[in-house]
Amino acid sequence: MEGELAHIGAGLAGMGTGIAALGVGNVAANFLAGALRNPSAAASQTATLFIGIAFAEALGIFSFLVALLLMFAV
Amino acid sequence: MATETHDAGQAAADMAHGAAQGGVGMPQLDFSTFPNQVFWLAVTLVVIYLVLSRVALPRIGGILAERTGTITNDLAAAEDLKAKAVEAEEAYNQALADARSEAQRIAAEARAEIQADLDDAIAKADAEIAAKTAESEKAIAEIRAGALESIQTVAKDTTAEIVGALGFQADDAAVAGAIADRMKG
Amino acid sequence: MATEAHGAEHAAETGGLVFHPMDQFIVKPLFGGDTISWYTPTNVTLWMAISILVIVGLLVMGSSRRAIVPTRMQSMAEMTYGFIHKMLEDICGKEGLKFFPYVMTLFMFIVTANFLGLVPMSFTLTSHFAVTVVLALLVFLTVTIVGFVKNGASFLGLFWVSSAPLALRPILAVIELISYFVRPVSHSIRLAGNLMAGHAVMKVFAGFAALTIVSPVSILAITAMYGLELLVAFVQAYVFTILTCVYLKDALHPSH
Repeated sequence: MEGELAHIGAGLAGMGTGIAALGVGNVAANFLAGALRNPSAAASQTATLFIGIAFAEALGIFSFLVALLLMFAV
Repeated sequence: MATETHDAGQAAADMAHGAAQGGVGMPQLDFSTFPNQVFWLAVTLVVIYLVLSRVALPRIGGILAERTGTITNDLAAAEDLKAKAVEAEEAYNQALADARSEAQRIAAEARAEIQADLDDAIAKADAEIAAKTAESEKAIAEIRAGALESIQTVAKDTTAEIVGALGFQADDAAVAGAIADRMKG
Repeated sequence: MATEAHGAEHAAETGGLVFHPMDQFIVKPLFGGDTISWYTPTNVTLWMAISILVIVGLLVMGSSRRAIVPTRMQSMAEMTYGFIHKMLEDICGKEGLKFFPYVMTLFMFIVTANFLGLVPMSFTLTSHFAVTVVLALLVFLTVTIVGFVKNGASFLGLFWVSSAPLALRPILAVIELISYFVRPVSHSIRLAGNLMAGHAVMKVFAGFAALTIVSPVSILAITAMYGLELLVAFVQAYVFTILTCVYLKDALHPSH
């Protein structure tokens, strides 16, 4: 019973990964919109883009990690 | 934390299970392998750091600097050649301008010489013409004076005749004075 | 080990489909035996050695001819050098360049380990928290020590947001302090989590390949995931390095 609950929890935590994907998509979409409006400034901001994506993605990875812990370590 | 210590405690058993059954559980949380991984990671990082900082990076940096140097040198040489070409062109232009001004100078000189000759000739001609004119004027004046004298003589004679014919004694001096008066007009 | 029993049961229920997505991450001794003490040569040792060989091959052998007109290997080495050099100079300025060998070491190790992990049957070093936590703690300690050595107590100005209203500053200071200490956590878990997730997903798809009907789809999916993982392998190394540069900038110029 305990294990099955853990698996349900893992599934719920896994949803966090998808929600983080929304965040990453948001970062990329806004970057693209800005880049199309001012293409000359885009090249200098790719580093910022990757930093933003990394921060957004890290939180998704946290929820993925929780899912893994529930699946395999509880 | 409880889970983790539990895991660490059971690590050896876990490993045995893992080898036997294909393992369930996260190998990442198997703390018994941590010292091993950290040790080998430290060795690896130290080796990479030494290789990079002692050999690879100075060498690649050197290559890049050398390439930049070569390119800069080549550019400088090209710049030099270009400057030389510009210099040569300037010298050519200078020579051209010199030749042109020399030619102009010679032409002006020749023109001045000719002008001087011309002026000379004109002056000489002018002087000759003036001399001739003066001579002619003198001749004309002589002729005119001659003519006036003749007129006076004729007038005097005529007057004396006319006066005699009218029965008067002509006074020479009075006649001469009257004629001179009339001639003045 | 109730979970293991559950797992085995589960495998039996799904009719022969066996998923062991985490097996690829198991650390095994190279020459047999069960115990792993700190010096035992394991598959970790093997792949660390291979990474060293690859890095030496690329950066040392590749540049050994010192050609003015580079060969392919040499121009790869030069591009890597120029890439990290420019990144560090753009973010940290000239004074950051004395950390160049250090940042280069981190980048080369992570990128090589990530790509080597994508070789079939290989072992992914950077998917282990033991490895990434050490890397992140190295960065964290370097930044903290350099910050205090260079700026003294004024390094604490990093947490005191002088552009915020005075009343908010203590709250912001607490938040900044927490975020400062969360840095190594997110820094390490991002790298390990990304790699672990990608490799585990590939293994799950590989598990589905046992069913004849779905196996073409599963093989296509593995191919697509592999392409994505190639991208992730580079991007994660890039992100780790660029965040290292950003943290170093905090240490060198702590004013907000």
